[in-house]
Amino acid sequence: MNDMPKIIIGLVIFLMLIGFPLWYNVANDKAGYVPDMELPDTADQCVRDTEWMRTNHMDLLNDWRDLVVRDQQRFEANQVSQQMEMSLSNTCMDCHDNKSTFCDRCHNYMGVQPYCWDCHLEPEEAI
Amino acid sequence: MIEKALTGSKRYWGWIGFLMIFIIIGALFYIRQYNVGLGVTGLSRDVPWGFYIAQFTFLVGVAASAVMVVLPYYLHNYKAFGKITVLGEFVAISSVIMCMTFIFVDMGQPFRILNVFLHPTLNSLMFWDTVVLSGYLVLNILISYVTFSSERKGIAPPRWIKPFIILSIPWAVSIHTVTAFLYSGLEGRAFWLTAILAPRFLASAFAAGPALLIILVLIVRKVSKLEIEDEPIRKLGVIVAYAMAVNVFFVLMEVFTGVYSDIPEHVHHFEYLYLGLDGHSKLAPWMWVSNILAVFSLVLLIVPRFRNSLNILVMACVAVFISLWIDKGLGMVVTGFVPNPFGEVVEYWPTVPEFFITLSIYALGALILTVLYKVVISIREQVAGYH
Amino acid sequence: MGFDRRKFLKLSGLTFLGFAAGSPARVFGQQDTTMVDSTATGDGTITPISGSRWAMLVDLRACNEKGGEDCDDCIAACHRVHNVPEFDDSHDEIKWIWKTSFHSAFHSQEHEFLDEAITHGNTMVLCNHCDRPPCVRVCPTQATWKRESDGIVMMDMHRCIGCRYCVVACPYGARSFNFRDPRPHIEEINPKFPTRMRGVVEKCNFCAERLATGKMPACVKACKHGALKFGDLEDPQSEVRKILGDGFSIRRRPELGTQPQVYYLV
Repeated sequence: MNDMPKIIIGLVIFLMLIGFPLWYNVANDKAGYVPDMELPDTADQCVRDTEWMRTNHMDLLNDWRDLVVRDQQRFEANQVSQQMEMSLSNTCMDCHDNKSTFCDRCHNYMGVQPYCWDCHLEPEEAI
Repeated sequence: MIEKALTGSKRYWGWIGFLMIFIIIGALFYIRQYNVGLGVTGLSRDVPWGFYIAQFTFLVGVAASAVMVVLPYYLHNYKAFGKITVLGEFVAISSVIMCMTFIFVDMGQPFRILNVFLHPTLNSLMFWDTVVLSGYLVLNILISYVTFSSERKGIAPPRWIKPFIILSIPWAVSIHTVTAFLYSGLEGRAFWLTAILAPRFLASAFAAGPALLIILVLIVRKVSKLEIEDEPIRKLGVIVAYAMAVNVFFVLMEVFTGVYSDIPEHVHHFEYLYLGLDGHSKLAPWMWVSNILAVFSLVLLIVPRFRNSLNILVMACVAVFISLWIDKGLGMVVTGFVPNPFGEVVEYWPTVPEFFITLSIYALGALILTVLYKVVISIREQVAGYH
Repeated sequence: MGFDRRKFLKLSGLTFLGFAAGSPARVFGQQDTTMVDSTATGDGTITPISGSRWAMLVDLRACNEKGGEDCDDCIAACHRVHNVPEFDDSHDEIKWIWKTSFHSAFHSQEHEFLDEAITHGNTMVLCNHCDRPPCVRVCPTQATWKRESDGIVMMDMHRCIGCRYCVVACPYGARSFNFRDPRPHIEEINPKFPTRMRGVVEKCNFCAERLATGKMPACVKACKHGALKFGDLEDPQSEVRKILGDGFSIRRRPELGTQPQVYYLV
C-alpha cells in the first residue's frame, strides 16, 4: 500500500477539479447568487400563482402544447381571463416581453436550454 | 472473452487504425450534418430517402442471411457449418448495428428517436421495423455468446438456448419482410407496390449475405491458423447459386409485369432505372453493371466445374455482392421516387458528406466484425493449442 | 411535478362561448381584423369556425381565366402567415400550396383534347387532407394524425422525428421536409405563428390555427376571384356541398382510395 499518498493526492486534485465551479463561486462571494428576473409591470397576475409557475411552468407549457396542437382546445379559463389563448408567443410573451431578462436569466443560471425558441418567436426587445 | 481483441499483431492494429481513420472522417462529416441539417445530403422533397436508407435496406438483408447457416446447422444438424455458424451470427450482429446507425443518421431529429417507443404506433411499419431489428440484435448477441462460450469450454450449449435459436430463424425472415413492407405497402409508389418485393428482398439477401460470408471465411482462413474445410464453403456456394438464380428470376418477373402491362406509372420507373427518363439516366449505367455482374456470377455459380473451384467461387461471390449492392443499395430505393407523384424526374445523387458518413458506418461495421472475429480466432487457436 | 392534466381538461371544458363577459381586450386586440370573418360575437369572445369535414374546392376556370399566369395571391398569403421559407436551391424547397401544370396534377386523368384554357393553365395543389391518409398510417410516432372532429390532417412538429416516411407515403407530393434551418430564409416573419426547426416535416394544415380563432383559411381569403372555396361537406347547406352537387368535379389520383378532400372544378 505504498501508493497510498499518491492515491490521496490524486483524489484531492480530482475533487478540486470537479468542484471548481463551487470553489470559484464561493471565492468570488457568489455562493448565494440568485438570478434577478425582471417581472412585467403591465400585469399583476399570471395565469397561475407565481410560486406554482416557478416550479411547473414547463409542464404547463407542455400541457398547453398538447391541448392546442393535439386536443383542439385553444383557450382556457384561468384567474386572468375566462378565455385565454394557451400560447407561448401570443399569451406568455405578451406580458413577459423581455425574454433575455426573464426566461434566459433563469435558464442560463439553471443551465437548461429549452428549444422553444427554435420555432416560437419572442417579442422584439428594445435594446 | 473480449480481452482477446485487445492484443494482436501489428497487422491487426494497422487494420483497426485504418478503419478508425474512416470512422473519424465520417464522424466529422456527421457533426456537420447534425448542425446544418440533412441539407448537406443530396436528398430533396422529391427524393426524401436515399443512400442511407438504401444501405439500411441492403444490410438488413445481410443480417437476415445468417439464417442460411443457422438453419442447416441447428435444424438439420448439418455439422459442416459448425465452425462458421458463429461467423455468420457475427455478420448479423455487425450488420444490424450498421442498420441502426444508418437509421440514426437519416433522422431529421435523431435525439427524438425514442419517440417511436414513447408513442408506439402499431399501424406504422417503421415501429415494427425498430422492434424486429432490436429483437434480432438481442437474439444474435445472446445466441452467439452462449454457444461460443460453451464451445470454448468444450461442452454442448445449454438446452435453454435452443428455443431462442429456433426463434431466431423465423425472426431473421421477419426483419427483411418488415423492411420490404416499409416500401410495398404504399399506394402512391407504383415501383414498390408489388407482393413480390419481400420474397425478392429475401432472395437477394440470401445471395449477398452468404457471398459475403464466403469471402470472410476465406480471409479468416488466410490470416489465421484456423482450419476450416472446403465443404462448408462449397455448400455456401450452392446456397448463393440458388438464391441468386431465384433473385434474378424475381427481378425478371417484376420487369415483365411492369413493362408488358404498359401502365405508364409502372413503366416509367423501369425506364428510368434501366434506360433513363426525360434525359436523366444517372442510375442506368450502374444498373447495367449490376445486370452484367448478375449474369456473369450466375454462369460461374451454376456450372459445377467453376463453382467448385474456390478461386472462381470467390470471384462469383464478389460479383454477386457488387451486383446486389448496386441493385438494392443504389437503385431500388431511389427509383421508387423517380418520377415523382407529379410525373416529373428529379434525380438524386449522394453528396460528399453523405458518401463519407456512409463509408464510416461501413467502417464501423467492419471494426465490430473484426473485433468479434478476432475473439473467435484467438480463442479457437488457443483451444487448438497453437499458442 | 403534479400538474394534473385531467383538471386542465375540465377547466378548459368550462371555457369560452357563454362565459365571456370579462374577456380582456388584450386577447382580442391582437386579432388581425382585416382577416376576421363574421363569426366573432359582439361581446368580444372568439368563436372558432367549426365543421365536421372540411374540404376545399379549386375552380380551375376561375383561377386561370380571372387570376391568370401571374397571380400568386393565395400562395403569398399562405406562405406569409405560416412563415414558409423561400429557398433558392430546389432541394431544400418547402411548399404548402403551389402551382403546377394540369398535366402534372392529373397525369392519369387527362386527354389531349381537353380545353386548352385548363390544360395550359396552372393547377393549385396542396395537402388533400385525405379521409384515409397514407401519411398518418405510416407515421411511427403519431406526429401526424387525422383530426376526428373535422378531418384535418394535422402535424405535431414537437413530436416529429424527421424520418420522412410520411413524405414517402404521400401520393400527392404534398409534404416538405426542413433540410435546413428555415428561419434565415423567411423574408418577413409572422410573430403570431411559429417557424419550424430543421429536421421536421411540414405541410398545409387547412389553417387550423385560423379556424380556431374564427378566421377562414388564408388562401381562400386572399383569392380575389373566388377560385378557392372552403367549407363543411357534412353540412348540406354549405356552398361547397352545393357546388359539388351541381356539376362535375375531379380529385387527384382517386383510384388510390385515399379520398382526397380537395376537389377541382374543371
